[in-house]
Formats: sequence, structure tokens, C-alpha cells
Amino acid sequence: MTTSIVCLIERLKMKIAIASGKGGTGKTTVATNLAKYLSENRKVVLVDLDVEEPNSGLFLNGSLMNQKEMFKKIPNWESENCTLCGKCQSVCNFNAIMKLGENIMVFPELCHSCYACSELCPTQSLPMIPMKMGMLTEYKVEQLGFVGSKLDIGQEQAVPLIAQTLDYVDEMYSDDYLKLYDAPPGTSCPVIEATKDADFIFLVTEPTPFGLHDMKLAVETMRELKKPMAVIINRYGIGDAEVEAYCKVEGIDIIANFPNQRYIAELYSQGKLIYPHVPEFKAELLKAADYCKHLVKEN
Amino acid sequence: MKEIVIISGKGGTGKTSLTASFAMLAGQTAVIADCDVDAADMHLLLKPERIFEEDFYSGVAAVIDQDKCIQCGKCQEICRFNAIDNSTGQYLVSNLNCEGCGYCGHICPVGAIEMIEQNVGKCYISKTKADNKMVHAGLKIGADNSGKLVAKVKHEAKASAEKDGKEYIIVDGSPGIGCPVVSSLSGADFVVFVTEPTVSGIHDLERVYQLVKKFQIPSGCIINKADLNEKVSKDIEKFLADNEIIHLTNLPYDESFTTAMTKGQTIVEDKTSPITASIEQCWQDLKIILEK
Amino acid sequence: MKIAFTTKGIDWDSKMDPRFGRTEFILVYDVEKEDFTHVDNRSIADQAHGAGPKTAQLLFDLKPDVLITGNGPGGNAATVLEKANLKIYIGAGDMTVKAAYEAYKNGNLKEG
Repeated sequence: MTTSIVCLIERLKMKIAIASGKGGTGKTTVATNLAKYLSENRKVVLVDLDVEEPNSGLFLNGSLMNQKEMFKKIPNWESENCTLCGKCQSVCNFNAIMKLGENIMVFPELCHSCYACSELCPTQSLPMIPMKMGMLTEYKVEQLGFVGSKLDIGQEQAVPLIAQTLDYVDEMYSDDYLKLYDAPPGTSCPVIEATKDADFIFLVTEPTPFGLHDMKLAVETMRELKKPMAVIINRYGIGDAEVEAYCKVEGIDIIANFPNQRYIAELYSQGKLIYPHVPEFKAELLKAADYCKHLVKEN
Repeated sequence: MKEIVIISGKGGTGKTSLTASFAMLAGQTAVIADCDVDAADMHLLLKPERIFEEDFYSGVAAVIDQDKCIQCGKCQEICRFNAIDNSTGQYLVSNLNCEGCGYCGHICPVGAIEMIEQNVGKCYISKTKADNKMVHAGLKIGADNSGKLVAKVKHEAKASAEKDGKEYIIVDGSPGIGCPVVSSLSGADFVVFVTEPTVSGIHDLERVYQLVKKFQIPSGCIINKADLNEKVSKDIEKFLADNEIIHLTNLPYDESFTTAMTKGQTIVEDKTSPITASIEQCWQDLKIILEK
Repeated sequence: MKIAFTTKGIDWDSKMDPRFGRTEFILVYDVEKEDFTHVDNRSIADQAHGAGPKTAQLLFDLKPDVLITGNGPGGNAATVLEKANLKIYIGAGDMTVKAAYEAYKNGNLKEG
């Protein structure tokens, strides 16, 4: 094991984010199967942060524990004291507030909740009020807790919902839970938000030119965030050996190679977990699970 | 000139591979726009040769002039994004966290904060091996795709198509349901959904369809890997029928998708693949639909 | 009566711009005076988000009676335009300004 991992072994609590440069590599398949398997022996919480297209909850049939509306703050115009000076419009960098004749109009989806207009308004005519942006859902499946958030259609910003979901999990789940985060795909703002507090990153990829290209972007992103990482190859056997070669050159551990089987794709399409049905898949899952256990000091 | 936008909601359905195939089949009659900027992959199949490149600027980030800064800390107090840190003794802005709202710039008592335009990547115009022009972009780490960048890519593609009298603009749309998708869809004459018969596939199709419905753009759907799950494929077909979405074709789960990609080819270049004929037929059908 | 068009140029032979939010120009024709005024909207390309409402605000200030465009305004822009009390006609995206005006007069455009 590399030295960066050794120094993490002493950590009691652990947050592992499962990410990928490209969509469709099997990130959710890995996250859900890993979470369920690990939960057979210890407390685990899986957090679905792919808030635009959350999927992992579809694979875990548990009892609903909680459904919570999630809010972001946006300015609300109170006309009584407003002098229509237009300062709000001039300080907003997102075109989210404008003066139209005798009215001030707010565009909630464009608002980034920076509070500038509200706090700089000379007459305090723009108090910040909560507006629903999405929904958090919490399930329990035996020892596995699941928390997922879904952005309302029309809401464009994933970051505030991801941030609030992470806060919720930190508040509601004690340190003896291993926390697995199913991050959104890609390398942009929502991914940064989802992974910035993680202790370790598993990057899921497929051994193809698309997989390699996008994984390099993901590796670059995680290095920028100074996160230790390891790679999981899904659909091993298709494509070529370039991903393996790249990992070797870059000194990144490959901790599991999930097999490429049509049957696995069929199980996935039915919303089923894979490891109870496919021994070759389970064998690789064990490797990933063992790797997790090495990262966490077991009590 | 007709604009076709191809979207999928979810990743991994084969959208980019299929878009590249259509680009191949359309050849000189089309201009291609790769709006899937967050993880642009089409160039791996279309082997573009760059003709033109331009820096792309979007959004701003705060920069604190240390000579003027009096260390009052007001900027840090009001920043809602934890983007200002003084643990090194100096007040510094984290580019990764800075949202570009400009509040700190307004509140600084000595005018030490400036909002600087961010170079977030590059926009390229290239010639592909399919003998058509492709407009694409590359974003820097942590940069956001945005309506602006998608609009720029589409604008350049449209300008190019108009100038050269091309019949079609084929757009590889952005994933998800946010601003970049909306921008991908604006101006479209027809939308092609690419989906797969999985619980996630149908779930994400329904979500992205809500957006397309709002814009009232006629649409069609390709069910990829259809034979993986007959039941869910039928569910999708019912959804299409109920919502007047044209069922373009079903493609079987086939390894040639991946083997072609590994060779740096589009599927339609592999004449032995069982799905090549279906994709060719699909393109012919699309052209007929667009005539109307 | 004043009629606003979303365009790529500033005269009768110019092409219409099918987009609303990111239209290059707003061209306003005064029917009584038979002349044009215009606003160059091309700096809108610098806006990452919120182009629609910003362009709509322009129309609010110009006060035309009718807007003729291509695809029509998106959600936010439409909300602003509601306050502007004008009639919107869509479907002229592929035409020249002259053809769009004829189509409007002949009742061949859809109300948006």
C-alpha cells in the first residue's frame, strides 16, 4: 500500500467518495453493491449526491425513514420601504434580480444565495426566505442507511443541495458509520462539492478510450483537491489495457476489476444488486471491501 | 437548415457513440456541435484536426490586492461560500470555492477586491474525419459547463453551417436537466433521446422529457441495449406512445459498440456489426422526419 | 403601433434570430412613422446565465405592442414579458424580417 494510504489507517471515521470522470461507468453499481455488502458486518450509510439524476435508491429496497423538503434562501421583495433605487440589480452578478418599472422581480433558479442584494439594500426590502429546491429521502435496509437528494425540475444548481445533504448526514449519522458517497459524474462544480470533504476517492472507470480519457480528467481534479485515490475498473475485459498502463505509470492502485458479463447488465437493468447472484463479481467486491477495511481502523 | 439535438439524461447510454455515427453518415451535409463539454469524448471517435481555437471566458472570481488589503476581514465575514481564507496570515480567495457573486468586492472598505474574468477553457473548430466541421470545447478542472458555453458552441456551429450552406446541425447534448441542457435544446428542430432499458434509464428519460415538453420540440427515441430487459423496453415503448415521442429504433446490446470505440472508430465504420444497418436506417428515417 | 423583432440585422432583408434570450438585435418597427430603431444585444453573449430575463427587460423599456420571434421566450423571460403587456408571435425563426412581418399581417404566425 502506498504511504498516502498508510497515514489514513489510524482514522476512526472514514468518508469514501465514489466518483468517475464519465457517466455510465458503473459508479452506482459499485457504490450500491459495496455499501450493501459492507453493511452485512458494520454500520454503513450510502449517500447519493448525484442530485440531478439520483439512481442508487432504486437498487435498495428499504423502509422509508424520512422525506425532507430541502430549501435554499432567496430574496423576497417587500415593497413598503423600497425606493426603487435599483442597487439590488446592480450588485447581482447572476441576472437573478431586476427592476421592472415599479416592481422588483426575482428569478429564483438563477439566484446563488449570496445575500448581496439582501444585505446591501439601503431599505432592507429584500429579506431572504426559504424556497424549495429539492427533496431528501432517507431509507434503512437492515444495517445500511441510505440518504439521497433529488433536485426539483427547473432548479439548475446542484451545489447547495449537495452541501445541505452532506450536512444532514454529518448531523444524523455518528462516526461509527462508514460513509460512502455516490458522487455525480464529471469534473465540474457539483463533483467538487461532493468530494471535497471525502478522505479517500474510488474512481470507477471502464477500460476503453472514453473511460481512460475521462478518468484522466477525474484524476487531475482529485489531485487538485489533494485527495488520495484508487481505481476500480468495471466491465474488465472489454476495450484495451491502457487504463491499467496509465494507473501503473501514475502509481495509482487498482483495487478491483469487475467482470464484463451480459448477465450483470441484465441484473442492473432490473434494479437488482449483483453480488448475491454473480460469484465473480462478489470476488472482486471482496477486494474492494477489504481495501475499505484497511482504510478504517476497526474497533 | 435543421438542428437535431441528441440527449440522454443519464450517462453511458451510448449517446455520444450514436451521435458520432450520425456525424459519419451525414458527412458533408452537416456541422457537428459537441455540447457535452464536461466530459467531451466525441473527438476520440471523429479525430478532429483543429482549424481554430479561442480562449473561453465565463464568470468571474475575486482577487484581493494584498498591497491595499487592511486585513479587516469583512470579506470573509460576508462570504457565503467559504471562499476567503486567512490561515496563512494573508486574506486569499480560493478559486475553487469562489462563486463569483462579487459581494466581497462591494463590501471592501478600501477597494482591494477586483472581480476578474475567468478563462475556463477553450472553444475549438475542427475538421473531422467524416469530412465535416465540428465545434467543441475543453473546460478546465472545476469549471462549470454553462448555458453560455453551450450557446457559444451552438452559435459557432450555426454560423459555420449557414456560411457553408449545410443542411444539418447535429448536436451532442449535455447530460442532466440543468442550464446546459436547456441551452442545448434551445433552437432545436428535433430531439433524439437515447436511453437504455434499465430502471435508471427510464427514470432519467422521464425526467429529461419534462424539459423537452416545456419547449414543445418534436422528439424521437432510440432504445439502446434493448434486449437486455424486454419488460423495461416495453415500458419505455409505452411511455413513448403515451407521450407522442416517435419510437425511432431499438438497438441490441452488442460488443461492437465498445470494440469500435477502442479502435477509435464509429460503429458505422464496422460493416460487420449487426447494428450498423439499424443506425444507417435510423439516420435515413430522421432525414425524412425532418423534411416535414 | 410598434413591432419588435428578434433579428440578426437591422433592416427588412435581415434574417430573423430564432432565439429570444440570446438574440443579436432587437429591431423595432414603428408602423405609423414607417421607420426602424434597434438595440444591439450582442453583448448578451457574455452572460453565462440569465440571458432571457435580461433581454426581456430591454423589451420592457422599449414598450413595443407586438413581439415577433422564432422559438419564443423561455420560462424566466416569459415572466418578464408578461409584465410588458405585449403580444408575442412565434414561428418566424427561419424568415427574413420582411417575410416575418408579412406572415404576421396575414395571420400566419402562432401566438406564443
